[in-house]
Amino acid sequence: MENNRKQTLEQISALFASQDLAVLSTQKNNQPYSSLVAFAASSDLAHLYFLTPTTTRKYEHLTANPPVSILVNDSRNQADDIYRAVSVTGTGVAAVVDKAKDKGALELFLKKHPHLKEFASAPTTAFIRIAIHRYYMVSRFQNVVELEITP
Amino acid sequence: MNPVLQSGEFPAAGKDQVGGKAWCLAQISELGISIPKTWCVPCAVYENYITQTRLRDRIFLEINRKPFEQMRWEEIWDIALRIRNQFLTTPLPLDIRKNLSDLIEAYCGEKPLAVRSSAPGEDGSAASFAGLHESFINISGVEDILKHIKLVWASLYSDAALLYRKELGLDIQTSRMAVVIQELIPSDRSGIFFGVNPSDAGESVLEAVYGLNQALVDGDIAPDRWHLSRSSGRIIRHESPVRDRCAVVVPGGVSFTELTADLVQTPPLNDREVRRIWETGKQLETLFGRPQDVELTFLHDRLIILQSRPITSTGFTDTDEKRTWYLTLHRSYENLQALHEKITRDLIPEMIAEADRLGSKPLDDLSAEDLCREIEERQKIYDHWVSVYWADFIPFAHGIRLFGQVYNDAVTPEDPYEFMALLEKTGLKSMERNQLLENLADMIRSDAGLKTQLENDLAPGPDHPFSHLLDTFIAQFGDLSCTTGSGSECQYGAPAVIRLLMEFARRPAAAGSGIPHQRDTAALKEQYMAGFPAHRREFAEDLLHLGRESYRLRDDDNIHLGRIEARLFEAVQEGRRRLGDPATEEKDREMLARFPALSAAPSAPKQPDAPAADETAARRWFRSRQIVGQPAGPGIATGTARLVKTPQDLLSFKQGEILVCQGVDPNMTFVIPLASAVVEERGGMLIHGAIIAREYGLPCITGAPRAMQLIQDGTRITVDGYLGIITSHTKGL
Repeated sequence: MENNRKQTLEQISALFASQDLAVLSTQKNNQPYSSLVAFAASSDLAHLYFLTPTTTRKYEHLTANPPVSILVNDSRNQADDIYRAVSVTGTGVAAVVDKAKDKGALELFLKKHPHLKEFASAPTTAFIRIAIHRYYMVSRFQNVVELEITP
Repeated sequence: MNPVLQSGEFPAAGKDQVGGKAWCLAQISELGISIPKTWCVPCAVYENYITQTRLRDRIFLEINRKPFEQMRWEEIWDIALRIRNQFLTTPLPLDIRKNLSDLIEAYCGEKPLAVRSSAPGEDGSAASFAGLHESFINISGVEDILKHIKLVWASLYSDAALLYRKELGLDIQTSRMAVVIQELIPSDRSGIFFGVNPSDAGESVLEAVYGLNQALVDGDIAPDRWHLSRSSGRIIRHESPVRDRCAVVVPGGVSFTELTADLVQTPPLNDREVRRIWETGKQLETLFGRPQDVELTFLHDRLIILQSRPITSTGFTDTDEKRTWYLTLHRSYENLQALHEKITRDLIPEMIAEADRLGSKPLDDLSAEDLCREIEERQKIYDHWVSVYWADFIPFAHGIRLFGQVYNDAVTPEDPYEFMALLEKTGLKSMERNQLLENLADMIRSDAGLKTQLENDLAPGPDHPFSHLLDTFIAQFGDLSCTTGSGSECQYGAPAVIRLLMEFARRPAAAGSGIPHQRDTAALKEQYMAGFPAHRREFAEDLLHLGRESYRLRDDDNIHLGRIEARLFEAVQEGRRRLGDPATEEKDREMLARFPALSAAPSAPKQPDAPAADETAARRWFRSRQIVGQPAGPGIATGTARLVKTPQDLLSFKQGEILVCQGVDPNMTFVIPLASAVVEERGGMLIHGAIIAREYGLPCITGAPRAMQLIQDGTRITVDGYLGIITSHTKGL
């Protein structure tokens, strides 16, 4: 099983490296909401990062309800996606990061998305970190594996 | 481009459109050599069809269900069957249909025809794909031709083609198929000419038979064979077989007929004709630049070339012996019929007699030397039957597949496995065995005294009816702990069977036959028979019988083989017993200890899996939530997963558990009545586990990759036999 875990983590890493965008799902007052975010992952996959203006619905949601889920996939809008595409859902807890303090994380993020530097530096842009609890990886249509990142 | 091209139009259309076979025929014809009247449905029509109907996407889904390298041949065959059925059940779009019909009507009328594959790249100089794609002969009328054009297209994804997909460059996005339509020559004599003998470069070889060469290609009739000097065409030698039959065209197909006494005595070709063929072969070799494999036929005295392609022995220089062996499993109806007779008339009675004979030999009277000899003898007998099993029984199982294909062609059902319902309930030996187990369990259920006795490990007296029936059971089926070819041992005996029976007795008594699953198949059979014209119904009936026999014997042969194996182990056990017996004389002990079969220690009992060394790793878990396999038995069930790694594991199997294993061995199927579902790593719809699970109406999934590794023993799982999904239940999200 340890081998499977390692192999799956490598697959997830490769997927995250290949994709710029993720779908973030949040909720508030029984109202779910999804949005597209540019993301980056820490090398151990324990944290995912993204930026958001503080005026957005997602920001409002995640500050009120920190548990979120986030989905990354490599589908290409082709019929063969059903078997070819891999999709990973992460569940965890979102928190606002102090950009001035956690410079390392922001650097990691901007290394992947250098064009967002200006966006990142705006005082109204929040830098968000999701501490991942679990990943769920779906491949070949219906094969699903789960793994725990933090208990 | 016209959807049907005449041979004169082939060069302008290009090889990419008309495929290798059509292209070569056009060149042969230009050389002034006779070919049958030939038309071609170019690749563009195939592409339009699969694009407009979106069949392309469905094929893609099929062939990507699972990585090819993880598939067994059975699974590849299943994919080919499903794709073939998709072609059959996907109608031609109206515009394609109209254009094709008009031209076929105009060119071919009602003439009998051959409909053959002509894939680009096929018959080319780089590789020859002989036999990987299909050809059909004696097809007539627009409807039948259209249907067979689709079947030729489907053969782009035949099991053989899928096996050779790498060499073929089989990529669904780019693979294409043209179809050759040829006037059928009602030939009196046919043959195949090999420009160079693969085993002797100095020779050419010519094989010929009376009638159509279908029988020669399928290997159903032994041909006359001439070995010729490759350089001069001189006849080096001529081998004559026993000539008795020939294949002829009959309405709706091909049949075999006896040769007249005169023809039995006369080779199908005279020396002058042999010479003429050699000369034509040389011409073709010059034309194509390489020695050719030429299919030819004679109509009266006219030599007609049906096709020509570069020589390859099996289509490729194949280093993969297993793959080559798989391809030999494709047997013709004729061949399977002969095999059936051999199996039922000779082999099975011989196996039963052999097991009985060995069973009646008392072992305790034998001297140590005689016992060693007896073990050796039994090993030899067992090995012999294992080789028979591979040579005859396994190929005979192809009867199920042949029937399935014919059924699907005739009925065009939505469900490509509908035919299985006509094969089930055919009195499997394992069902008979399970029925005996049920009877024994019934005795325990209805006799509280007996139950208490057995619970306390007390055997009832030898005259008790239970003891009688148990003895009968063990005599007939052994003690259940032997498995074919696994090298495991029969070391449990009656107590183990009794433990299992106690488990059976805990279930409520099974109604009727103990088989809950029954289906009315009369309507299916009617529908199948209606798919044939009146004159073909006898063949349809015979083939159904063959399919049923193939299905039944697929299971039974293992049970019979298991009985012989049990006798071998019985002798080995006796040797082991004496080795451990203090009363055995020293010289006997030495002799027994030196004997190879006895010197190997019995396999050590299974050790529980070592606990995870890294505690952190155990906490930060990985698990499989869903595994997808092939749905092989409809239904849904939730229960405790019981991983069966050794035959011993079966004996502690509890009622309602889900059997998860690498593959259900036929000698393991006795626990299936206790199971609530079956999961197998081994793939295929027609494997034992799937067959028996369907007989009991249990949800079943086969070809579940790494199921034994990903499912944890004792955990709760759900088996969805409709979708082929196994779900592990996890707490929380």
